[in-house]
Amino acid sequence: MMVTPALLPYLLFSACLFCIGLAGVMMRRNVILILAGIELMLNAANINFVAFWRFHPGAEEVSGLIMVLFALAIAAAEAAVGLALVISLFRHFRTTNPEQMEQEVPS
Amino acid sequence: MWFEELLIAIKASLVLKAPEGLRPLVSAALSTMPILSAFGGLFAVVTLLERKMLGRIQNRYGPNRVGPFGIFQPVADGIKMLTKEDIVPKTADHLIHFLAPLVLLVTAMLGLSVIPFGQKLVAVEFEAGIVFFFAVGGAAELAVFMAGWASRNKYALLGSLRAIAQMVSYEIPLILSSVCVLMVTGSLSLTEVVQAQSGGITSWFLFTPWGFLGCILFLISTLAEVNRSPFDIPEAESELIAGHMTEYSGFKYAVFFLAEFVAMFAMCALTATLFLGGYHAPLPVLSIIPGPVWLFSKLMLLVLLFIWIRGTMPRLRADQLMEFAWKFMLPMSVINLVSTGIWIALDGGLLGWLVTGACNFGAYLGLSRWLADHPNHRKRVYRYADGPINAA
Amino acid sequence: MNTIFLLISLTTIASAIAAMSLRNLVHCVLCLTLTFVGISLTYLQLSSQFIGFAQVMVYVGAVSILIIFALLMTRSGHELTLREWRPMHWVWGTLITLGLLACLGLSITGSSISGKVASPEKTESVKALGEALMQEYLIPLEAMALLLTVALIGAALVALPASHHPPSSKGGTE
Repeated sequence: MMVTPALLPYLLFSACLFCIGLAGVMMRRNVILILAGIELMLNAANINFVAFWRFHPGAEEVSGLIMVLFALAIAAAEAAVGLALVISLFRHFRTTNPEQMEQEVPS
Repeated sequence: MWFEELLIAIKASLVLKAPEGLRPLVSAALSTMPILSAFGGLFAVVTLLERKMLGRIQNRYGPNRVGPFGIFQPVADGIKMLTKEDIVPKTADHLIHFLAPLVLLVTAMLGLSVIPFGQKLVAVEFEAGIVFFFAVGGAAELAVFMAGWASRNKYALLGSLRAIAQMVSYEIPLILSSVCVLMVTGSLSLTEVVQAQSGGITSWFLFTPWGFLGCILFLISTLAEVNRSPFDIPEAESELIAGHMTEYSGFKYAVFFLAEFVAMFAMCALTATLFLGGYHAPLPVLSIIPGPVWLFSKLMLLVLLFIWIRGTMPRLRADQLMEFAWKFMLPMSVINLVSTGIWIALDGGLLGWLVTGACNFGAYLGLSRWLADHPNHRKRVYRYADGPINAA
Repeated sequence: MNTIFLLISLTTIASAIAAMSLRNLVHCVLCLTLTFVGISLTYLQLSSQFIGFAQVMVYVGAVSILIIFALLMTRSGHELTLREWRPMHWVWGTLITLGLLACLGLSITGSSISGKVASPEKTESVKALGEALMQEYLIPLEAMALLLTVALIGAALVALPASHHPPSSKGGTE
């Protein structure tokens, strides 16, 4: 028996998760974890969508959930491509530390 | 129907005896405890049954020392597992090492909660019940990785990565071959799927062309998902000792074993629900016998089939396994989807049978013929030190 | 505010903070998985079952495994990540994060939508979702299918090793 609270706690919750994801992107020294932080930010935005869908008065509206479905799929595709790029970068630079990935300027 | 109503009446009276605030909790506990205890008991029976049956297939008796016909063998096994020393490697990641078998067991048992055991006898009624089942099945892969990683053993890690690759590859044909049932039923809820198969053996989805192919694909994918022979590379002793379960001993190994068997039971129950009519009796006159009895007998039939396959077929190599999944099962399940669409468009009937059956059979012939011409599958030429010898 | 939401949200935020700050990378990913499960429970509490289960299936079952495989293939699993400890990075990062959180929190609580308390009994109907996908949102669906196909092929191509020789057939053909 789940009693749904007001809209405000959900928005604050997703704002918290977004900021934590942003903190991870800014402060981590490993490109894979930066990608994980980006995934967390996408998830936080999805929570917002679902919360707004839930509190929308129209009973026939599903566009919020459609947005979430699309965002879910696109985030998964982006994670796949991003991680493939990370592996390719690792092969070139032999490191996953973005500060050590400096392209030599061809002289 | 009398059995289901009796059970519901007993549960309602017991819930009423509980204090007011605790009623939801008591109701949930009363729904789950019979299922868990039934499947726990079934696990013990099936371990003995498997060993006896495998023994008979291999022309020997199974265990027959510990009681008449070896009936108390599971008890002896349980005592052995409980009293074994629990060895954890010193450099292992203790928290994850401890949690991995628990996560695997929890995901296996969660799958049992959406299966309808009788009229109105579902533990949890979800509108998207089958998505829940596949979601927790996907979460089991994480537990396999945790087990292999936390052991800090290169071979355990390799074994767990191979196990994950196998489980991920076979998850797609599993889900696609169940989608054709959902297309025909028009609902994601498992109770609706069973309701659509009411009315005797002729309305079971197994006896339609798309259902037949779908059931076969689903059963093969189930074998691969629970790491059973002939797909048991992850747990074969001659391969990587015990793969991701190498560094586990005693009770934790028993929990892995239990989790694998409970996952197998859950998937067999799902197969029976999707394709074999669930808790419905084959003939309407036989519905005096309660629904759960029918579901359990269909489940045991499938389990016997799995044990039979285990005793008969040789183990697949890892690359053969992956090739089979991606090059044969995935195209077959997609073609099955298309032919299910044709069946729905033609609305069943003779024309539907002919077109769908021809489509499925033609796809099977064409795909298997095309794959058999692959250079990897031709006759081998063996080379020895004194020149090549043709394997005639 | 009811207790279930409090429990779920606090657990999720705690595991998200752990995922972004632990030193052992595999522990980070496992805490991230726990975060995804917590988000899925939030979806379930908002009575959208299909999206909640799809979240578990996609994120816990696939994206987490992807990240773990990428960690293992780049051999980052065995090393600690904070080799160069620069406290100023962390201080500035935390300050910026808290500032952004304060901005977002103030704008959310100050707006008019936050006063919505009356929640209608809205249930998700998978049938309506399917019909919307097939009728109103058909073109985005097809575009997304194309995107997923391109991502699949592209990821496989990008991750192939540079010098890729096809394996010779077994036994030779002499």
